[in-house]
Amino acid sequence: MRIPLVLAAAVAFPLAAFAQGANPNLGRNLAATCANCHNTNGKSVTGMPSIAGMPKDVMLGTLREYKEGKRPATVMHQHAKGYTDAQLELIAAYYAAQK
Amino acid sequence: MNRFDRRRFLQATAAGAASAALAGCAAMPEARKPIGRVIVVGGGYGGATAAKYLRMWSEGTIEVFLIERNTEFVSCPISNLVLGGYRTMNDITRSYEKLRDYGVQVIRDEVTGIDAAKKRVRLRRIEDLPYDRLVLSPGVDLMHDQIQGYDAEAQKTILHAWKAGPETVALRRQLEDMKDGGTYVLAIPVAPYRCPPGPYERACQIAHYFKRAKPKSKVLILDANPDVTSKGPLFKAAWNDLYKGIIEYRGNSAVTAVDAKAKVVKTDFDSIRGDVLNVVPPQRAGDVARAAGVITANNRWCGVDWLSMESVAVKGVHVLGDATLSAPAMPKSGHMANQHAKLAAAAIVELMNGRQPSPEPMVNNTCYSFVSDKEVVHVASVHRYDAAQKTLVTVPGSGRVSAQRSELEGVYAWGWAQNIWADMLG
Repeated sequence: MRIPLVLAAAVAFPLAAFAQGANPNLGRNLAATCANCHNTNGKSVTGMPSIAGMPKDVMLGTLREYKEGKRPATVMHQHAKGYTDAQLELIAAYYAAQK
Repeated sequence: MNRFDRRRFLQATAAGAASAALAGCAAMPEARKPIGRVIVVGGGYGGATAAKYLRMWSEGTIEVFLIERNTEFVSCPISNLVLGGYRTMNDITRSYEKLRDYGVQVIRDEVTGIDAAKKRVRLRRIEDLPYDRLVLSPGVDLMHDQIQGYDAEAQKTILHAWKAGPETVALRRQLEDMKDGGTYVLAIPVAPYRCPPGPYERACQIAHYFKRAKPKSKVLILDANPDVTSKGPLFKAAWNDLYKGIIEYRGNSAVTAVDAKAKVVKTDFDSIRGDVLNVVPPQRAGDVARAAGVITANNRWCGVDWLSMESVAVKGVHVLGDATLSAPAMPKSGHMANQHAKLAAAAIVELMNGRQPSPEPMVNNTCYSFVSDKEVVHVASVHRYDAAQKTLVTVPGSGRVSAQRSELEGVYAWGWAQNIWADMLG
């Protein structure tokens, strides 16, 4: 499950970037909006889960469940609903690529 | 408690595999030829974040100076818990030292003037510094002159404690010294002001302290606004369930004058005597914004281009945080200042490389408030850039408040603080 991380990130970035109009930093910028609570590049100090290196599919699936109200949450459903599916995919790809 | 909860959360979110990556600072790449210099003024939630992210995202190619007059960072968020007696000043104080690992040149000094035409910052202790772009994160300054009698003498005994630091300590001491059966009066200015839910959290914290240590004492909230400005139903539920008979709330009750000797505050209708008076005056962008000529709205706030946080009045000067003329439904919060900083850092890196900033920035906000020593409520929002309106607007369906207060969110609130301090300071 964890092996194809690098591959997933390598594939997802150019595709998603293309879909969003070829801004290579879009995923990075979007992911940085999560870092207030999950720390820089997702390496949480305490309280919130660390999301650095989380497999892209796992994270995207989790975020989609939050967005669709299928996963219990205190605040994450409210954040996930603020982002498009394409944006959530970019965020998941970015964190998957973090070590 | 924390360790157990952390493990539970990690398992619950299948993030356990990632936890091994917790440690370690980001090492900067070998210094490359600098493409320019950014001076950041103010090391709070906005400025410190901007300094760090400019270094990270420019891969060390932008020289970054952070000018801060205080030796250490003291957080406003969580400082109400110091008033309640549940956290110490040490808990909310952090060093700027780790920013140096990112190549930020932290300078303890005070800006005395800004020459935007010559792109130079004048400083109190060292010689002038030139910049290519300037980032101002000046926070707020307090408009004591809007309240009659709130002069320098009165300010010695009537505190605002709306900037965490010595006043936080002094207000806590006043509360400790107050006799049981006394009244603490909290005056709230008309919105917009720094941290919309902050006053109501403060009332909870002090009521919690009274309930435990001085049960005959009262908290009287005099709010210049018609009603609680943030998380109203959640705060009112906490007041009713936890602090009945302790907290009294009065809306439409702007304090217009104070008499420090008589320990009296005055509204249009009443004169009210209290034992501890905590009067939070109206606010405006900090003095540095005035010096730079970037205040554009009502002599108080700084209008910005939301694609870059660049001032609408002065080219090459970016403004962050509470000092900005807020976009619709955007709170003046530490979390939001951190988001402003990242938006600005991304834009500045693009601009200094001869490219255009992203046309589709996003920001979000989460404000946690402790309604007791452990229970917390939040308000959250997500904002996207709207090209037609040329501003950030909330995304329909996103955000809102907690379903109810909970200890689980208490754990998240403390996690938020730890993580945002790490995000901004390394």
